[in-house]
Amino acid sequence: MTIAVSDPPARMTHGFDYTKLVLYGFALVLCVLIVLPMSWLVYYAFVDKDGAFTLRNFATLVNDPTLLDPLITTFTLAFSTSLICCVVAAPMGWLVARTDMPLRRTVRLLVTASFVTPPFLGAIAWELLAAPNSGLINKVYRIVTGADADSHLFNIYSFPGLIFVVTCYTFPYVFVLVANALERTPSELEDASSILGASTWETARRVTVPLVLPAILAGALVAFLQAMTLFGSPAILALPAGFHTMTTKIWSLFQYPPKPELAAAASLPLLILTVILLRAEHTILGRRSYAVLGGKNSDPRLIRLGWLRWVALAMCFIVLLNPVFLPYAALFNATFSKVASQFISFSNFTVHNIHFVLFELSATKLALYNTFVLGIATATIGTVIAVVISYLTTREAVTGHKALGFLATAPVAIPGIVLGVGLFLSYTRPPFVLYGTLWILLLAFLTLAMPAAYQQMQSAFKAIHPELEDASRILGATRLKALRQITAPLLRTSVIATWCFVFVGTIRELSAAVMLFTSETKVISVLIFDLNESGDLAAISVLGLIMLVVTSGIVALANRLRLGGGSVRLRDN
Amino acid sequence: MRNIRFSRRDVLKGSTALAVGAIFAEPVRAAPPPASAITPALIEAAKKEGKCSFYTAMDLQFAEQFGKAFEAKFPGVAVRVERSGAERVFTRIAQEYSSNIHAVDVVNTADQAHCIVWKRNNWLAAYVPQDVAQHYDKGYYDADGFEVVTRILVSPIAYNTDLVKKEEAPKSFADLLDPKWAGKMVKAHPAYSGTIMNSTFQVARDLGWEYFEKLAKQRVMQVQSATDTPKKIALGERAVMVDGAGYLVIREKEAGKPVEIVYPTEGTPLATGPSAIFKAAPNPNAARLFFNWMHSRDGQQMLVDVARQYSPHKQTVEKPGVRKLSDIKLMKEDPEGVEKGAEEIKRRYAQIFKV
Repeated sequence: MTIAVSDPPARMTHGFDYTKLVLYGFALVLCVLIVLPMSWLVYYAFVDKDGAFTLRNFATLVNDPTLLDPLITTFTLAFSTSLICCVVAAPMGWLVARTDMPLRRTVRLLVTASFVTPPFLGAIAWELLAAPNSGLINKVYRIVTGADADSHLFNIYSFPGLIFVVTCYTFPYVFVLVANALERTPSELEDASSILGASTWETARRVTVPLVLPAILAGALVAFLQAMTLFGSPAILALPAGFHTMTTKIWSLFQYPPKPELAAAASLPLLILTVILLRAEHTILGRRSYAVLGGKNSDPRLIRLGWLRWVALAMCFIVLLNPVFLPYAALFNATFSKVASQFISFSNFTVHNIHFVLFELSATKLALYNTFVLGIATATIGTVIAVVISYLTTREAVTGHKALGFLATAPVAIPGIVLGVGLFLSYTRPPFVLYGTLWILLLAFLTLAMPAAYQQMQSAFKAIHPELEDASRILGATRLKALRQITAPLLRTSVIATWCFVFVGTIRELSAAVMLFTSETKVISVLIFDLNESGDLAAISVLGLIMLVVTSGIVALANRLRLGGGSVRLRDN
Repeated sequence: MRNIRFSRRDVLKGSTALAVGAIFAEPVRAAPPPASAITPALIEAAKKEGKCSFYTAMDLQFAEQFGKAFEAKFPGVAVRVERSGAERVFTRIAQEYSSNIHAVDVVNTADQAHCIVWKRNNWLAAYVPQDVAQHYDKGYYDADGFEVVTRILVSPIAYNTDLVKKEEAPKSFADLLDPKWAGKMVKAHPAYSGTIMNSTFQVARDLGWEYFEKLAKQRVMQVQSATDTPKKIALGERAVMVDGAGYLVIREKEAGKPVEIVYPTEGTPLATGPSAIFKAAPNPNAARLFFNWMHSRDGQQMLVDVARQYSPHKQTVEKPGVRKLSDIKLMKEDPEGVEKGAEEIKRRYAQIFKV
């Protein structure tokens, strides 16, 4: 993906160059988005209640067992999740990318479905499935085996239970990285190996695996990161089990009386670790230059599995039962049952839950409204910013474009809950009091969406050769006219796809929203979280299904446009 | 925890002695406002505002029903229910007010201590509905007219009758320490629920924190809301509920679920749930109308009949199926003690139960 023209396009020499103004404008916007909340975060971490410099907050963090234990738990959780993700997802990625397993596209689609399922919704669905006594799976287990009333197969309210659920919604990250890497790996290298007499399996072992190893490692890091910064699933499953993770602890530090200093201090290790891990990922992936060597790669050779392909397919579907089929079925069941944990039957069937959510629950309308307004606003503004910045950076249109690119990618390193804390500290006091308005949520969602949107638009711009624009410019068009007439039509589908993914990422966001909402600015994810705390599982199922229908509709639309869903990294929360 | 200089219990005892019954017996600083009836002018003004924002800790399903009943009586005034645990509602209001956001009209909490703080902060509006002045004991409303008790809650023990035989059911808090209940109990959280904040305070005062330390060894399932524990035993997720909203156990039972209530022999924790109007309420007239209706005989009877809670209104008629409050051995409520001890309770609880 090199750009043939190495000279930056000639700059306009006459008149005022408005692109400079645009650059500074957008740089300022990005600074406000990122630098302001993070500065407040650091400031608060180092001051006491009276505003004097102190390291006491960190001392408390290390000495208080109720704060130290979550830190250890979080690392164990992230490490285990990351390991299991690799073990499960890497073979699946290989099966889909490199073998003749049937239904490969369907498997991919289903992985995407687990990708877009909000993890907190998955966690609640797994409560319905595997709560030790009332869980549907455990009920079936007792009926089938005749075991006594106390025994259970799974206990989701446990540390292994939490690892399991987090893994369910994290493994797609590894899968996508591995599958994409394998698809991009030229089969010439493998052909060479075969021609030199290596068997299929030897080739796989000595050529394919080393080629894909960087992707697996990168996937492991991303999975670690996701598990570490996840808020929803631990809040739903860990608290009943009697333990905290870092994110739930940070959140609980905001309960009355709030301890923002401690929360800020607890957020910093998460932030620093995220930055380090992302650097590591960058280094690992940066070395993978051989994967995209050469101009015309032939299609990767598919390995024939013989009868084993049916076994492989069965394995894939067994894996996909966990993030997709079972949870969706449980939510569907709970939507139409009088008792959430009983199977739908004649005596148990009801539509009351739907009626309750749509017509009685007074929070529904406002939350739906807020969610969609924020989704549309974030997607629109986010896409516009991403388009402009990608243009400036890929076309190297102005000096300082690298800094812009960096600023747009930087939020990747900010976990949602940490950003929530930072924004809360920044915008609850003068001069900028945005707390209580949708603006603060918009800022949060924009910041969180920026890296994915920017990455996607940037690769779209890179795919369009600048000579098309240059031709237009040479023929006398201004930069803006060239953009409008040449670049814009070519980019249309990418823009729509980016919009869709930002929208989907926004309406499922919980970890920042839960720090920033007020009664007037509640969104669906927060409403679902609230309902979980009061045990209204049926209402959650209805709202959850609404959310899933909207999300899948949008994702289907984006997929229709055949646009790289694989390269987009949705955030978990 | 180990280096506490004096026993928490001594402090609590001390403050209890000072505080028992003192909350409403403070010297009257100002005469309470004259009792207000629902006038056509009030209804008209409320309709102009069109809505009322109701922050409450009531069970969500009932809170919405309650709001809808009001809307049916006074069409044109919509009630928006903002439900969460009482301690969460308290945090929310504090956060909103510290950022100068005045969104709440009427609040109904499950923790008297909250009203002490709000009153001290000078956030509340004095308003005494006519029914309150005529039909409520003086102990059930503030002498200065800043708050009225809307509902009286108890936090009993309860169990699932499919999982536990009647003769084997626990009779007291002490019974719950029996190893046979290990892994079979569910409990709500004092940092979320006002009912549980009060019950934790009362049990810790009467039985000592050692009780909770022993209870924590029983692998108790920890949920947040006092409205969730009855649901968890009704689902059969756990056999026994350590604490939670008694009224919901009765509601579940009357809906045919296999649950039974137990009033522990040591005494049942008590939490009176007061309501108040905020001075800076965005819809002051709708707030007063709703507040007035809530404490009228209509609203209160609905609380008794549908929510199955206890009403402070003398004219409400009891509906069979609920044990009379006077027949239950109750623990003593101490809002001032809770107000002073809340932070310590949360801290200590988090240490013992790890969440």
